[in-house]
Order: sequence, then structure tokens, then C-alpha cells
Amino acid sequence: MTVTAAGPLPTTPYDVAIVGAGVVGCAIARELARRPRLRIALVEAQDDVGQGTSKANTAILHTGFDATPGTLEARLVREGYARLGAYAAETGIPVERVGALLVAWDEEQLAALPRLAEKAERNACHDTALLGPGELYAREPRLGPGALGALHIPGESIICPWTTTLAYATQAVRAGADLHLNTAVREVSPSDGHLLTTSRGTLRARHLVNAAGLHADTLDRALGHEDFTVTPRRGQLLVYDKLARPLVRHILLPVPTALGKGVLVAPTVHGNVLLGPTAEDLRDKRATGSTDDGLAALRDKGRRVLPALLEEEVTAVYAGLRAATGHEDYRITAHPGQAYVTVGGIRSTGLTASLAIAAHVTGLLADGGLDLGPLREPEPVTMPNLGEAFPRPYQRPDLIAADPEYGTLVCHCERVSRGEIRDALASTVPPRSLEGLRRRTRARAGRCQGFYCGAAVRELFERGTRP
Amino acid sequence: MTAPRHVDVLVVGAGPAGLAAAARLAAAGAGHVEVLEREARPGGVPRHCAHGGFGTWTHPLTGPGYARLLTEAAERAGATVRTGVTALDWAPTGPRLTAVGPGGPESVTARAIVLATGARERPRPARLVPGTRPAGVFTTGELQQAVHLFGQHIGTRAVVVGAADVSYAAADTVRAGGAEVVALVMEHPRAQTGRARAGAARLRHGVPLLTGTTVTELLGRGRLSGVRVRHRDGRTAVLPCDTVVFTGDFVPDHELARRGGLTLDPGTRGPAVAGSLHTSRPGVFAAGNVLHAVEPAGTAAREGARAAGAVLDFLAGAPWPAPGVPVTVEPPLRWIAPNRVVPAAPPVPHVLRTGVPLHRPVLYVRQDGRLLHHERPRTALPDRTLTLDPRWHGRVDPEGGAVRVSTR
Repeated sequence: MTVTAAGPLPTTPYDVAIVGAGVVGCAIARELARRPRLRIALVEAQDDVGQGTSKANTAILHTGFDATPGTLEARLVREGYARLGAYAAETGIPVERVGALLVAWDEEQLAALPRLAEKAERNACHDTALLGPGELYAREPRLGPGALGALHIPGESIICPWTTTLAYATQAVRAGADLHLNTAVREVSPSDGHLLTTSRGTLRARHLVNAAGLHADTLDRALGHEDFTVTPRRGQLLVYDKLARPLVRHILLPVPTALGKGVLVAPTVHGNVLLGPTAEDLRDKRATGSTDDGLAALRDKGRRVLPALLEEEVTAVYAGLRAATGHEDYRITAHPGQAYVTVGGIRSTGLTASLAIAAHVTGLLADGGLDLGPLREPEPVTMPNLGEAFPRPYQRPDLIAADPEYGTLVCHCERVSRGEIRDALASTVPPRSLEGLRRRTRARAGRCQGFYCGAAVRELFERGTRP
Repeated sequence: MTAPRHVDVLVVGAGPAGLAAAARLAAAGAGHVEVLEREARPGGVPRHCAHGGFGTWTHPLTGPGYARLLTEAAERAGATVRTGVTALDWAPTGPRLTAVGPGGPESVTARAIVLATGARERPRPARLVPGTRPAGVFTTGELQQAVHLFGQHIGTRAVVVGAADVSYAAADTVRAGGAEVVALVMEHPRAQTGRARAGAARLRHGVPLLTGTTVTELLGRGRLSGVRVRHRDGRTAVLPCDTVVFTGDFVPDHELARRGGLTLDPGTRGPAVAGSLHTSRPGVFAAGNVLHAVEPAGTAAREGARAAGAVLDFLAGAPWPAPGVPVTVEPPLRWIAPNRVVPAAPPVPHVLRTGVPLHRPVLYVRQDGRLLHHERPRTALPDRTLTLDPRWHGRVDPEGGAVRVSTR
């Protein structure tokens, strides 16, 4: 079990190095870690897994009903939906099958719904249904006035993106993969495989997987490929207070246009309500700030969809960057001569498709000459539950009786116990910042943003991480 | 879950209001009086206000001293103060709350419940301040706990957003934590505190006060590197800093009140109450800054004691009163408390707030167009207490429409 964040990297060559520990990179590492003979390195520039697009998205497990039929993305999303659904159930990743409503607000949109239902059919999503306004408002009584109908997609679900990435990383590391954090890849050169020059020295690997997300094009160019350019597409999102959760039952989607999927209103598994994202094509791959205009535009859209939402307090604001490439599909390409696989252009559907992408990439690596060796299923992991639809530790008398630390709440808004914080600090992939602790426990993620608990949580974090 | 326990009065929150209510109830023989406090220590916000201004003229105290005094008074009177126990929600039936603590989940039934859950500052996201999400962003509450309760290092250069009393307290805490105050930034044209305090900050500590100025963006990755500010006249600037403290802009911590279906006042966003502090839910009373975010700790404590009086009457068989006539405010006034009037009940003064500074204001009280009262407070500043005399209560028509308080 190795996670490193400082010091020199191991000198013995790895069989496979995966660059980028987002949800896709972690899923690939987990998949490869099922092959005990392989030595796997997962290399990440930042101080935690899932620090890029994986942490700041709409947290939806997609059926793929609206994918372009016949694309790789459509297939991997469909497969990934089934795989991740099953994996989440056995691992304790919170998922709620709330269903989505694609709401038509004018005649043109209403006319588009049957076509979207047909497309869903072609994407093997067979249980959609067209709803008239009566049934729509019965399902969503707080929906703003003027909706004409909707397409109901019962399979669309909400999921915890942080737990998903962390579960993959945990399982990969426990099965023997090395996770090297704070390791930014600067150069790659061929030398009996690949020689990676990183911010922490060099690392050798026979096979290389590029799962660098927003930076996948840069790494691809370093290996001599000019196949695509990543244009970061910023999505700003507002997270509303838990007291807003009863206002909405489904994921509320607009009818998609040429400009994108539009702004949604959706519950989260943590018990909040999301409003977003914006879609702004930018150049700066670090522009994860929110803007006045962006937030105002979201609130305008939200006011139409769910007027009562705007009366509630905002708990958090964030912005993520999707890796748009100008292509309407993933850019997953094997370069067998180079022992290299590019996993680029994984857009907002990457969370859903992650396990299927991992299986697909493993196949490509094997085709490119990687001897996978025997298969051994990794030990199952059980992740701490951050979801409101499942019992949290403070709700479990058995757990508190065995350890009263689970009954001692530190973060009151999110009801996070001292026991959960202690566990996170001692976990396989421990947090290295308060933000990392927040994604593992929800501590400080609530409406007070630390007014009550911030200092106490910091104290536990600093005490727990002191060498 | 174990079988419900029974107490006579359950008080939620061991701040000044809750402790004062518990002390009086226990002293008056209300039976088993239990206070639930989710923090590790009782006392509420004064616990981390390491400055003076508490207690009385003759017996001045610091916040922590005041917190101790109130706790000792409640315990000496015979109330049980249980810390580390969080009230979670209402049980489906009866005046009963569910709670959790190191001893596990529990449910407590009471003949009367007093909500004294207090208030908190709105943090940066609720204020919709755009920008990145770096570390180094505080509220006064977190800052004071970090410095005074845990001795943590908070940063080196801090911008304080606001210029009310609490903002100056935050600036003092920044300095106590070994950091420098870069500036106080406020949108109003002048400081919302006493002249002596504003002058001392400016002259003795050399802290610039940027009036007519708002924070428009937070900058920095990982750690805050600066805040972008904009003056009313359109000029913008970046203030380099590694810490920013959002002060004031208090809201009631009303989660339990909302979960219990209590009628909330649209202005205060706390439970709607008349001077007797009965909420809309029979058996449930409210006191302290959950009713008016925020008033000084002494006001909250006096109100807690007043709520105790109403609880005692109720336990002795007094019927639950009708809700009373609503009292509303018109802009630029923001809220008023109490916000219900029962004409026959003993009159209790109101506190209210303005959203903008008012020069030589006049407060008019009308019901259905009929002028009931007017008065001229000396000044009205956005973050300072403004009071309204209640002597017009007797003139309110109990069958009439809402009473409106306005400045015109």
C-alpha cells in the first residue's frame, strides 16, 4: 500500500504508468490492479486524487439516453452506467435513482421530445415516457409555471463523485498500485519504454496511459501526436442549502440545444440542490473561478425552473472545467508502436463511463503488447457513506455503541462525527488539505462553511496529520 | 433508539438565551430542566469573544467570563446542561426531539421546549462573492475560535469585510492572532460602530477604512492571494492579502424551527413570536438571536429569562395564545422583533434593523392606514440596534390587518 507525496520516486521501472488521478485515471489503475503481476504507477500533479474535473461536475450517473448513437462515448456510458451502478452498491458509494425530467417550456421544445425519446430508444434506454403537464406537475409540484410537458428518464441517477474516485484509488492502492501525488509530468522521452521527467524526478514505465484530463493534449503532443486540442469549458454551479432539498424530486433538465445540455436543477446525494452549469469556452486551464455574470445567469435560469429555490441560501459555489475537444466523441486512441494509450476528450460523462473506459483501455494495452497476467479480484472496499439516502454514522446506534466517537458531532451542518474525521485521516489515501478532508467526510461543507466547526475541524486535521 | 426520556423543559442551545431561560426555570421549580448543547462547552458565541463588553456596568466581563457565569448560574439553579449532544429533529408525535451524542441516538419528550439556537454569519458563498475557492477565507466566528480557542495560525495579512462592531472585534482578533489588518472594507459610507472604536482602529492601529467599497472577487489558488474591490465610483483595486474575514450579515440558525414547521417571520427568518415568545407550535417557545440576528448577549439573556416566565405560566395551565397581529417593516427597514402583537398582553419593546444608514429618521407605525404611533430615534445604522417603544400596542385592532412600520 503506497501513496507518496514527496521525495524521490522509485527507480525500478513500472509496467504501466497512468498520468492523471482523476476519476478516469483512478478507474484505470483499479482495473489494472486486478492483475497482480503488473507494477502500476498512478501519477498525479496535485496533492490529491480527483482534483480536476472529477471534483467539480454535476454528479450525475447518466443512462446515456441523449448520447450520439454509435459513438464510443454512447457505448462506454451505457456500459459504465451498469458497471458503476453495481460497483456503487457493493462499495457503498451513494447513488439515488431519482430519474430525470427533460422539461419543455415552449412548443418547439415540446415538439422535440418525441425525437429525444426515439434517440433514447436507439441508446438502449427503453423506459422513457412522455408526460403531459398534469403528470409533470404532479411529479414536480414546485416547478415554475408554464411547462408544457416532459420526457421522463427514470434511470438517470445522482452519485457522489468524490467517493467514486476515492473508492477506485483506495482499491488500486490496496491491491498494490503506487499513487504518486505532487508529481507533475514535465517531459516524456522514449528509453526502453517511457522515461517520465517529473517535478519529483524521473520515473520509468514500459506502457503509458494518458489520463491527464484538461492537459491530455499537452501530454499527447509531448509524445508526438496532434490529434486534438482541449478547450476548457467552464461550468459554474451553485449548491443550495439542504433546506431546499424537498423542493425537487428529479433531475430537471432543459431540452438540449446546439449550444449544449443547458442548465439543470438537480438534487445531490448529500442532500443539497445543484443549479448549473454554465458553459463557457475558455483558454486558461486554471480558470476555475466563479464570476458575477455566471452566477447571475444561473439564478435567472433557476428562477424559471424552480422559483422557490432562489429564496433559499447558497451553501457553496464552484466552477469546474470540462475537457472539450471540438469532437463529438471521446478521444481514446491506442498507439501500439509506442506502448501508449491516449484517453482524451472525456467530457462530462467521464464519471459515468469511468469503469467501462478502464476496461476498454486495459483491452487496448493488452492489444499493444502488455501481458496482463492472471486475474485476481481485489478485496472489496466499503467506503464511508456521505449520502443522505443511506444511514450516516450518527444515525447508527450500533456504531456509536461500539465507538462513541461516531456520536460526537464536530461539523453540525453536515452532521460529521469526530470518528469519521479520524477514519479519513487514517485511510489508505488520506487527505492532505482541509479540502481533501471535506471531500472525504463533508466536514465544513455545510451552510455555515466553518463558522461553528471550522477551527475545530482544522485542529483535528492538524493534529491528525502531524508527523 | 432507546425509549423516549421525559423532562419537564427542554432547552435547545446553551448560549446566553438558553442558559438564562434554564436558570430561571430551574430556580422557579419547573422540575427537570435540561439544556442540549452541541458544542463541547456551554456558553454560545461569548465563549470565543475574548473581549469586554459583556456583563453589566457594575460587573463588566469578557465573553468567556460571561459564558462561565451564565453556565454556573444555570447549573447552580439545578438545570442539567448536556454538552456534545446535538438536537437533530422533531419526532413525529408530541413535543419531542431526537438527538445524538456519544451515548447514541435518543429522543426526549418535554412538556415545553425552548429553542435558543442562536445565529451565525453568512459565509462567502451565501454572499455570492465570486472568484476562486482558496484557503484563508473566514467568518468572524471561525476566526475567533481559531485564535482564541485553539491558538491557530490564521495568516499574515487580512482584509476584514464590514465595519460594524463585529468587524472591529474581528480586526482585534486578527491582530491578536499575530496578523496585520490590511483594511476594513464596507459598502456603506461610514463605519457602523461608535466613533471611539472607529477612530482607534484608524489612528492607533493605522487600519484604513474603505467606505463605499465592495469585495467583488477572491483571488489565488490554494491560498488566497488578494481580494478585488470596487468603489461606488467604479474604481477597482486588488488588495494583496492571504486572509479575508467576512463579518456580520447574521442569520438565525433556524433549521430546527423550520423542520418543526414553525411559522417563520419573513423579515427575521426566525420563528414569528409576540413579546411572550410563544411560537406557532404549542409547547414550543423561542428566545435569543434565533429571533433577531443579532442583538447583544445581554439582550438574548434577558429574553431567555422572559421566555422562562412564559413557560412557567404555560406549565401552570395557561392556554396557548392566539398568534397575534403580524408586525411588518417596509424597506429600507429589514426586520423587526417581536413581529406579532397581542394587544392585551404586557407590552415589550421591539428591536429592528435598517438596511441603509438613516439620517434623523422617523418611525411610523400604522394599521390599515391608521397611524398608531411615530417616534424619532437619534440615528439608525445598518448593524446597530434600533428600538421601537411598544406603548401603541393597546391601540392595535386584534381583528385588523398587519401593523406596518415604515420610515415615511
